[in-house]
Parts: sequence; structure tokens; C-alpha cells
Amino acid sequence: MRFRTLAALVAFPAVALTAGAQAVDLTGAGATFPYPIYSKWFSEYAAKTGVRINYQSIGSGGGIRQLSEQTVDFGASDAPMSDAELGKAKGGKVLHFPMVLGAVVVTYNLPDAGKTLKLSGPVLGDIFLGKITKWNDPRIAALNAGAKLPAKDILVVHRSDGSGTSFIFTDYLTAASPAWAAGPGKGKEVQWPVGLGGKGNEGVAGQVRQIVGSIGYVELAYARQNKLSYAEIQNGAGNFTAPTIEAITEAAASAAKKLEKDTDYRVSIVNAPGKKSYPISSFTWLLVYEQMPNATKAKKLADFLKYAFKDGQQSAAALDYAPLPTNLIKQLEKRVAGLTTGR
Amino acid sequence: MPSTSLHGASLGDRIYRFTTTAFAASVPLLLVLLGVEVMIAAWPALKAFHFSFLTSSRWDAVEGVFGAAPAIYGTIISSVLALVIATPLAVGVAIFLSEFAPPWLRQPVAFLVDLLAAIPSVVYGLWGIFVLVPLLREQVMPFITDRLHLGNTPLFSGPAYGPSMLAAGLILAIMVLPYISSVTREVLMAVPRSQREAALALGATRWEMIRGAVLPYASSGILGGVILGLGRALGETMAVTMVIGNRHEISSSLFAPGYTMASLIANEFSEATNDMHLSALMAVGAVLLALTLAVNMLARWLVWRVARQGR
Repeated sequence: MRFRTLAALVAFPAVALTAGAQAVDLTGAGATFPYPIYSKWFSEYAAKTGVRINYQSIGSGGGIRQLSEQTVDFGASDAPMSDAELGKAKGGKVLHFPMVLGAVVVTYNLPDAGKTLKLSGPVLGDIFLGKITKWNDPRIAALNAGAKLPAKDILVVHRSDGSGTSFIFTDYLTAASPAWAAGPGKGKEVQWPVGLGGKGNEGVAGQVRQIVGSIGYVELAYARQNKLSYAEIQNGAGNFTAPTIEAITEAAASAAKKLEKDTDYRVSIVNAPGKKSYPISSFTWLLVYEQMPNATKAKKLADFLKYAFKDGQQSAAALDYAPLPTNLIKQLEKRVAGLTTGR
Repeated sequence: MPSTSLHGASLGDRIYRFTTTAFAASVPLLLVLLGVEVMIAAWPALKAFHFSFLTSSRWDAVEGVFGAAPAIYGTIISSVLALVIATPLAVGVAIFLSEFAPPWLRQPVAFLVDLLAAIPSVVYGLWGIFVLVPLLREQVMPFITDRLHLGNTPLFSGPAYGPSMLAAGLILAIMVLPYISSVTREVLMAVPRSQREAALALGATRWEMIRGAVLPYASSGILGGVILGLGRALGETMAVTMVIGNRHEISSSLFAPGYTMASLIANEFSEATNDMHLSALMAVGAVLLALTLAVNMLARWLVWRVARQGR
């Protein structure tokens, strides 16, 4: 809280200065998870077209609230809006646009394991439920022939702050572990049966790095940039896959094939069926009113979306996000065309 | 120069009086408005859960069932723990600085202690994660359980992961120490010379003089400093969130992770979209506000009582 206030105080004069010189064309607010790539897109787009977009990464919840109150032109979220939330939006129908893909990885601290750990949904579910308590549990050993598993207690570390990362991870556990689905379920905050709560990716990663025998989950980008070790996870087709950019895009591609024609794109792609797909993957969405009150802004936003689906996707991988699959981009470009003309 | 009478005030006086009264009234009004706003927002949750909001340990945003007992418990325990650790230390520092320290040492040490208050709490939190918590896990906790053989007592049982109520209490103790010690130092300095000289004249040693003549005279002021520290400890958010382990569970063990009300709000508010969830967080805010007000009122009363007895 205090941190954010400080940041706002520091940022305020800067915003006021630039706003005085050049007006902002569009404002948005929402998820922190895609902020690195969004800010790259916005600055490149401003350099290219002169259209200025101000984005505040205040969290998905805040983004949805501000969009509902129409204090921003667009929102952004890591979890799709619920029907109840959609009903409360004051500006009419809200459209979800998947922008890019992210993944959550399972990171652990077992320095002597000897090889990369393999985990399946049901085993992961039981670890986070506190039913599997030792690393040398036969069910973990069965998935990891040849790995040296100590008779050590497992320490679960989860996020304490509400986050899209927790949503994606619990969404996966709900899809892949019946025991988890019957228990805590999915959400940005759930009632964790065991373990410690760390604040932010850095809080979870900090604990996992310090304590041998701990296991937690963080965003892929965070894990890669900080060189954490992470497990291979069994996907819907039964294969163990590492979270590579290709495996994440593959998850979206295989899920996109099954989408209905009139989908609203509020779809989960966890536990996707493709052979090579990484199962803890997700879209992150931009939230836009179908009919914006201001026609100029509607045009500018539609043009930006076109840019993001075309040129923007190429800068995804460098920032550890996965680009959308080509079959999906074609559908989304058509949907943007509908947005420009209104209904 | 026209003379102004005390009774028939001139226009300028009346404007001045009105303005200052308005300023003075605005602060209590702000507090009332704050309380009303928080209560309105908290009402749906308080109505839905009644007393179980204060007594239940189940905080489940998925099912929409909220009980804040662990956070209330954690707020009180971590703050009390902080005071238990910080008060003797802070009073000791203050006594040293006001009674024993040579003048050349007094200013630098006082300045350094006061400087502790200027460190941002997020910096304390980072220090907690990287220094204090590993130290507790690898040295202090094993020492308490294995060397002192206290591992089976309720206060020190369970596995030692590091992030814990103990870590939160320790970091809060460091954070409130400058407040208590600074107030205590000022109060001790204000004790009249005659009071000390009288005690010394009766043949008291230096220690007897401090214990018998200085501390009783200053006790209401010291208590005020302690309460100021308590107020700070109750509301501290960032540093505590980073070291307490954030777990909705009441445990007698200081080694176990816990939660505080301020941490709960800070952790969940930005991503809460469900109405009941938001209302429950507001209700936590209302409880925290009520607790802080109650503590302050109790403190006023204590200070008043001690001050009366001291005369």
C-alpha cells in the first residue's frame, strides 16, 4: 500500500509534466503481469504513430473496477471477467481480447535431485493440498525414475497477494486434480490448505530459494530472468513438457481449434490437449467496450489492437511471453474490424 | 492604534475565530466521515457473518466465506511481542543517553537511534527477508529448540521455516524502538534538576536516583511513548507482510506463520472484485480502526491515571 502511494507520488509530477506538453490519447488500467510487454508496445506504437497510451498497472481487480465505472478507455486482466462483473459494467457489452500468452512454472529447491523434476496434475494437487508431505513419496518417485529424492518435508509456498498468477495456477490444479477441484477451487485468492504465503513473485521465489525442500509457483518470465529451476508438467495428452515459448503457443493453438464460432474468448487453456503443449498456460486479456462513447477513441483503440496482433506479437518472446497462434490472430483481427464500426 | 475590547470582538477577530474553529472541527469531522464510510462499505459482510467474522478462521474468497480471527489475533500478538522486546531496550537507551552518556556521545547516538524511524518500511521488509528470517531459521530457532530444549513448549513448537510471528514481532520491535526511545529521552531530560539533586542529597546512588526519583516522575510520559509505538506497530503493513508468512491460522507457537489485518488488506484489496470480498476487507479495516481507537483511548486513560498518581 505504502509502496504504491510512494510510487504514485513520485510518478505524479512526471505525468503532470508530460500531460501538459502532449495530451494522452487513450488510458487503460489493469493487470501487472503483462505490463512489461504492454509498455513496450505502447512506447513503440507512440513512436510509430504518435498515439499516446497511458497504462496503469494497478492489478486486474482495479482494472475491471475502473473499466466498469468508465474511468478508463480499456481494462486488462489475467482472469476473464465473470458474468456478474460483466453485468455491472456501466458502458454496455465488454469484449475480451486475448493479447499474448503467459505461463506459470512450478519452481522447487532440491539441489541434489540430479535431474529436472517431473510432476503431474494429481500429484501437484496433493502436494498443495498437504496430502503428499515428503519428497520421497512413492507417487513422486514413480514419475521421477533415477532422481535422488530426499526423505525431506515438502514446504509449500504460495502467493499471499491476490494475483492472476495464482488464478492460472489454481485454474490448472482445478482442471487436472479432482481432489483440488473438490477442495479449494480456483481464484486469485484461495484458501490454501498448507504452506507459507509470500508477497509477489519475488516473495515466493525468495522463500523457495532459501529453504531446501520447498516448492512454489511463479510467472515464467520471472523464473527465467532469475534462473530458477522449474519442473516439467504432464499435459492433457500425457506428455511431460517444459515451459518453452513454443509449448505455450502450442497450448493456445490446440485450444483455439476447439473454440466455438461465436466464442467470447473468455476461455481457459490450462491442461490443453496438444501433444507438445505446456499445461499451465493462459491468455491475458484486454477488456474493451464494444461501443465506445467517443468515435475517435474507438478508432485509435482498434488501430492499436491491429498493431498488437501483427507487429506486437514479434516482441513477445524476447520478454518471455508467448505469441498468439496464427489461427487465433486471424479470428481476432476480424473481431477488431467489428469494433471499429460499432454495431 | 484602536484599542480592541475583549468582549465586543471586531470583525477581523470574528473571522479569525471562525476560521480557526473550522480548521479545528475539520479533523474530527474527517475521522467521523472515515469511520462512517468504512462502516457503510463493511456493513454487508458484518451483516452476513455476524460474530463469526470475528471468531472464524475460515477466509475463503472462492466460496465467499470470511472470518478474520487469525488476522485480528496476529495483529495483537505481533504488536504486543514488539512492545515486550522494544520497551526495555528503548527505555534503557533513553536512560543511558539522558543520564550516563558523555555529551560528545549523546548527540550522535541519539541521532542514529532516531534515524531508525526514517528507514522506509519496505527496506525493513527486504532486510527481514534476506537477513533476519535466514538468521532466525538457521541460528535462533535451532538454538531455542535444541540448546534450550524449549521445542516442546507451546510457544516454540513446530517446524522452523523462518517467516513467522516471531520474525514479525522482531521487525516491529526495531521499527517502534526509535519512537519509544525518543519520547522517553525527552521526558527524562524534562525531569527537573531539583528532583535528582534531592535524591542524591538523601544519599541515593545514581541507580537509586534514577529508579526512585526520575522514572516515577517520567512514567506517564514513558507510557505515552510506548502507546505511540503500539499505534505504529498495529498499523504497520509492508515489512510485516514480507516476513510473517501470511497464513490464516491461529497458532500458539511463535515459530508458526500468521497474518495481520493490515497485511490482509494490502495483500488482497487490489485484486478483489467480488462485492462480498471487498466488503469483508472493509470490515477488516473497520475492526482495525476500532482496535486502534480503543487502544488510544485506553492509553489516554492510563496516562491520565499515572499522571494523577505521580503528583
